[in-house]
Amino acid sequence: MYVSPIREPLIRGEKNYSQVTKDILAPMAGKPSKYWYMGMTLSSAALVFGAWATFMTIYYGIGTWGLNKTVGWGWGITNFVWWVGIGHAGTFISAILLLFRQKWRTSINRSAEAMTLIAIACAGFFPLIHMGRLLLGFFIFPYPNTRELWVNFNSPLLWDVFAISTYFLVSLIFWYVGLIPDLGTVRDKAKTKIRKAIYGFLSFGWTGSVKQWSRHETVSLILAGLAAPLVLSVHTIVSFDFATSVIPGWHTTIFPPYFVSGAVFSGFAMVLTLLIVARKALNLEEYITVNHIESMNKVIILTGSIVGIAYITEFFMAWYSGVEYEQYAFLNRAFGPYAWAYWIMMTCNVVTPQLFWFKKIRTSLVATFIISIFVNIGMWFERFVIVVTSLHRDYLPSSWVMYSPSLVEVGLYVGTLGLFFTLFLLFIRVFPVIAIAEVKSVLKSSGDHKKTAHHE
Amino acid sequence: MNNSYITAYYYDEEELLEGIRQIKEKGVEILDVMTPFPVHGLDKAIGLRRSRLTRVAFWGGTIGALIGFLFQAWVFTQAYVINFGGKPFFAVPSFMPVTFEMAVLFSAFSMVLAFLIYFKLGPGAKPIIYDERSTDDRFLLIVKAGDADETKNIEKALSQAGAEGIKHKA
Repeated sequence: MYVSPIREPLIRGEKNYSQVTKDILAPMAGKPSKYWYMGMTLSSAALVFGAWATFMTIYYGIGTWGLNKTVGWGWGITNFVWWVGIGHAGTFISAILLLFRQKWRTSINRSAEAMTLIAIACAGFFPLIHMGRLLLGFFIFPYPNTRELWVNFNSPLLWDVFAISTYFLVSLIFWYVGLIPDLGTVRDKAKTKIRKAIYGFLSFGWTGSVKQWSRHETVSLILAGLAAPLVLSVHTIVSFDFATSVIPGWHTTIFPPYFVSGAVFSGFAMVLTLLIVARKALNLEEYITVNHIESMNKVIILTGSIVGIAYITEFFMAWYSGVEYEQYAFLNRAFGPYAWAYWIMMTCNVVTPQLFWFKKIRTSLVATFIISIFVNIGMWFERFVIVVTSLHRDYLPSSWVMYSPSLVEVGLYVGTLGLFFTLFLLFIRVFPVIAIAEVKSVLKSSGDHKKTAHHE
Repeated sequence: MNNSYITAYYYDEEELLEGIRQIKEKGVEILDVMTPFPVHGLDKAIGLRRSRLTRVAFWGGTIGALIGFLFQAWVFTQAYVINFGGKPFFAVPSFMPVTFEMAVLFSAFSMVLAFLIYFKLGPGAKPIIYDERSTDDRFLLIVKAGDADETKNIEKALSQAGAEGIKHKA
């Protein structure tokens, strides 16, 4: 295959296959570093805070939240949409970039997919806890019951149930099918009997024969083909929760594409936040290079710009529609009592990502890290602005109120952050963070130099 | 029945492909090849057929879509008819999201299950591991052995084709 000489290698350092295995398995061996323990302590503390908040919500009910009659959706749905959005990067990277034959995905897809699964778990927590009676959560599924009721298939909230559960399950098998060969490698490299037994169990008896590999590739390709429209459908359906209502500020047809690009935008930002730290901490800088970071930053510019255009389009449409309620909702967003949230959103999502047009900034790790945090914050505020500013001043001025979260709501949010980082820290100890086999398969065409045959 | 076989390995996928071409010319029967990652062109070199998993995925998806669509139609026109502000009961557009998700779910799961069942892969499966290094950096070739003379010839052919670590197992 022709590789253009200007293109920089995806994998740095003169590696052979055995070195790749060794490098990627290294973070799983031995005792965790003290930074790992520090991270674990912090995230478990957040988790405990969340557990307290969960207890309060279940024991005393939704009344412990800051919601009121006018604002019935607050931090809960904001966090739900935020987490679902973050959960879009993993499958986007592994499915859509696989279909586009982007080789740089091989270094980041595994951890991004793991992040996706954890983020969806965090997201799913919010609708469940919002039901108040958590034990009745299974009512959302259509099953034959003594009440002789079926669920409402016309409701976007029910579509959400199907979309999110399908997305979680398909992402899970996609991730695990990709993991099987690497778990086989871990099994064969294991030194102790227990480790060998555990990874032998988890690796499903993988041998890496020609036929297994050939079919494995077919399965991965078709799963990618299925997951690609699935990713797009999930946030589309989440946006229907808002778009099919008749609330000014929500009732817009631009929501599906706007939400999907926002989701990819925030997902990539979270991947960057995690990987910039992880590549350093795990000594994987030769695998997740500045090139990878730069490529992701380019996706951020693209999706961030789409989101920016969507914001402006919404404003234009509010004016052009001639509907005074719609117009008021948007003026209230930008200049009303929640203007601070709106301008945080505008700054973090529309202005700062544009700095990535400068090569110096998009190849700088520090700048990327800071901007990625900005995007995370901005995208959280986007959902907050959409949810709260559209609700807090409704058609009846006598019921206009302000909304602020209670400590319990803050606790639930911090708790999911704790869950997210706890599970991610466990993931990097238990599974190979980079797809070993996939990196090996691009090593020759994209390695630092053509691999010379290695003889003992 | 002669069940003995010979294993040998390469360090490089291009040498492996070239080696396979050479020993196939000499009429050696290749039983299997174990590689640390998918090697392109290897399935053709071995003579594998096209995968039928695509068909499983297609029919799985079709069945999922049908179940999803027909079930919703049944609920809203037969089992539990509710009037939503005079809108049609048989509301095809609003059945689409669930139909699509069911199609994807069934397609993905049927294909992955077929893949796992075909290869007898699953939690706790006990595979025959010929060489533990074949999931690391060796491209392991397993060929059929014959009687003593034939085996010698095959071993010679293998070593001429650049294979290393040639071992005969009865």
